[in-house]
Amino acid sequence: MNDMTRVERQVDTNKIKLECRDCQVHYGETHAIKDVNVDIEDKTVTAFIGPSGCGKSTFLRCLNRMNDTIDIARVKGSFKLDGEDIYDKRVDPVQLRAKVGMVFQKPNPFPKSIYDNVAYGPRIHGLAKNKADLDDIVEKSLRRGAIWDEVKDRLDAPGTGLSGGQQQRLCIARAVATEPEVLLMDEPCSALDPIATAQVEELIDELREQYSVVIVTHSMQQAARVSQKTAFFHLGSLVEFGETGQIFTNPVDPRTESYITGRIG
Amino acid sequence: MTDASMPTPETGRHSVSLTAPDARTRKRAQAEKRFRAYGIIAIATGLFFLVVLFTSILSEGIPAFKRTVVSVEFILTQQDREEAESELFKTKAYSNLFVTALKTELDERGLNVDINEDAIERLLGKVGGTIRTFYSENPDKLGQPVRFDLAASSRVDGYYKGRVTREAMQDSRFLQKSDLDLVDAMEKAGIIKQAFNWPFITGADSGVDNPGGAGIGASVVGSFFMMLVVLALSLPIGVAASIYLEEFAPQNRFTDLIEVNISNLAAVPSIVFGILGLAVFIQFMHLPQSAPLVGGLVLTLMTLPTIIISTRASLKAVPPSIRDAALGVGASKMQAVFHHVLPLAAPGILTGTIIGLAQALGETAPLLLIGMVGFVARGYPDGFVAGFTEANSAMPAQIYTWASRADVAFYEKAWGGIIILLMFLLTMNIIAIILRRRFERRW
Repeated sequence: MNDMTRVERQVDTNKIKLECRDCQVHYGETHAIKDVNVDIEDKTVTAFIGPSGCGKSTFLRCLNRMNDTIDIARVKGSFKLDGEDIYDKRVDPVQLRAKVGMVFQKPNPFPKSIYDNVAYGPRIHGLAKNKADLDDIVEKSLRRGAIWDEVKDRLDAPGTGLSGGQQQRLCIARAVATEPEVLLMDEPCSALDPIATAQVEELIDELREQYSVVIVTHSMQQAARVSQKTAFFHLGSLVEFGETGQIFTNPVDPRTESYITGRIG
Repeated sequence: MTDASMPTPETGRHSVSLTAPDARTRKRAQAEKRFRAYGIIAIATGLFFLVVLFTSILSEGIPAFKRTVVSVEFILTQQDREEAESELFKTKAYSNLFVTALKTELDERGLNVDINEDAIERLLGKVGGTIRTFYSENPDKLGQPVRFDLAASSRVDGYYKGRVTREAMQDSRFLQKSDLDLVDAMEKAGIIKQAFNWPFITGADSGVDNPGGAGIGASVVGSFFMMLVVLALSLPIGVAASIYLEEFAPQNRFTDLIEVNISNLAAVPSIVFGILGLAVFIQFMHLPQSAPLVGGLVLTLMTLPTIIISTRASLKAVPPSIRDAALGVGASKMQAVFHHVLPLAAPGILTGTIIGLAQALGETAPLLLIGMVGFVARGYPDGFVAGFTEANSAMPAQIYTWASRADVAFYEKAWGGIIILLMFLLTMNIIAIILRRRFERRW
């Protein structure tokens, strides 16, 4: 827990980016998420922690409507991105996902070149006017993904040929290439070794300057290292949500304390 | 296996020494050995039958690729032609000229045999007609030496291939024993010989009494046009249906029903599709009978389930993480499918399609019902469109026709046809393998 001292904590509250109220998710008969209320702040890293199967990934996937692709999932409640309900009938999930990017647990680059991986999003959203413009976006995104120096000489090489950590940073670069406002990360480091994890964590801290980042993690140390806000989920409910420092040092709920001290989970 | 239920030996958990295996271990090792032996026996049996199959196909079918020809050099002058044309039986006059030429050639080599026109007609068919046609088409060849390779009758061919023997044969209007003397003499003179049977590969079917002239070429063309129809219809329909079912369709009772029915359709006997084609395409829609178009439509119905099942399997095999990745950067469902999933599934789809086509190529039963079988008098279609609509046969149907004819010479043709058909199937499978290798990408 002494990791906590490493991050200069920015305690001042930012404007609320994503406001979630009374959120419920059902998978068929299973009530996976129960009455969750969370405010995701702008330019903040929010961590979702909790034992396996507690619904943190499910809740994350509600935030950019990835649950739409699962037939049996039903989502209820109010999710407001800058005051607009993202589950409104008029909202096209395609536009929403351009604003709310996502990085997955397993690095999943397209089996295409590194360049095409990053350029894909801008291409389909028409963000680049011409080839030079697109080149700029790709370079900028790869720089933001902290992978530019490693791949700048082999942009034509397949993205799948990179190491696990590089692939994950490539996926982050791909996600930021569409200029999202919120970046969702679903256990982005669980398939990575400690060195690659450290690189990604460093990157998350940099990304915070421009984006609102939501990260699901199994590692409490990681949550403590990278986040400013932490939400603890247990059995589909949000048990506690607050400043990371407070959650880890002075939890209100006994269940949170049991979890962070390793008694449950 | 049964070892699991064996009681534990009372001596303790493990045997004393590692080098001396205990009873249990020995038993397990023996079970594994036995299983390996079964496997080897199974594979050996399969290989044995394959070898038997191939040797019989090759030994029976190879003779179909050889034919017996009588090769005579012949000079016809302008005067000869005019004389022949002035006669009442013109082809007979040409025939006489041929006999004279043949006699001269035999005499030159000191072989004195009795030649008469009837014998020549039994051995070579109506020679006069062939010669007359040749010179009326190539008048500039008059007065020049021309070498005619005339196909010997199937009986003579059979004499060469051991089907017809002096002892077993009886004099008939097709062949007499004395004719064989002439054949032997011609062989000594080097006039009669075995040659590669190009007409078998390029020709069309012949009448029941002329096995020598039968060729598979026209039915290869028929099969080709059928495959064009099958490919043009089943690939787009099959792929579109599978993509919709796999990626877009909601999971409900209705789509479940469709899925079950597609699997059932794949198991429907092909003759059922044949009778359906007869009823719908010919009797109801009045499409031309015996046409490759109808054959292609029927085979499309048959191939669709195969293509849909294999396409869905290859779409399913694309990792969902790729779909997530595409959706995650804001691609629409359709973009995710067409930009990412489909290219990754393409090798599987192609392989499935080619295997479906190969299956359709070898299918006979439905063709029997829509009349693409029996003697199809017409040879090659005139032009591309006619290829679809004119009556034609297909390779397997042609083989079936030959196999069911009385003359044993057709039996050989049937085997030869099978060799050609197998060559096409082999080529298609090789193409499938190459495509798979070529487009396969790892992720």
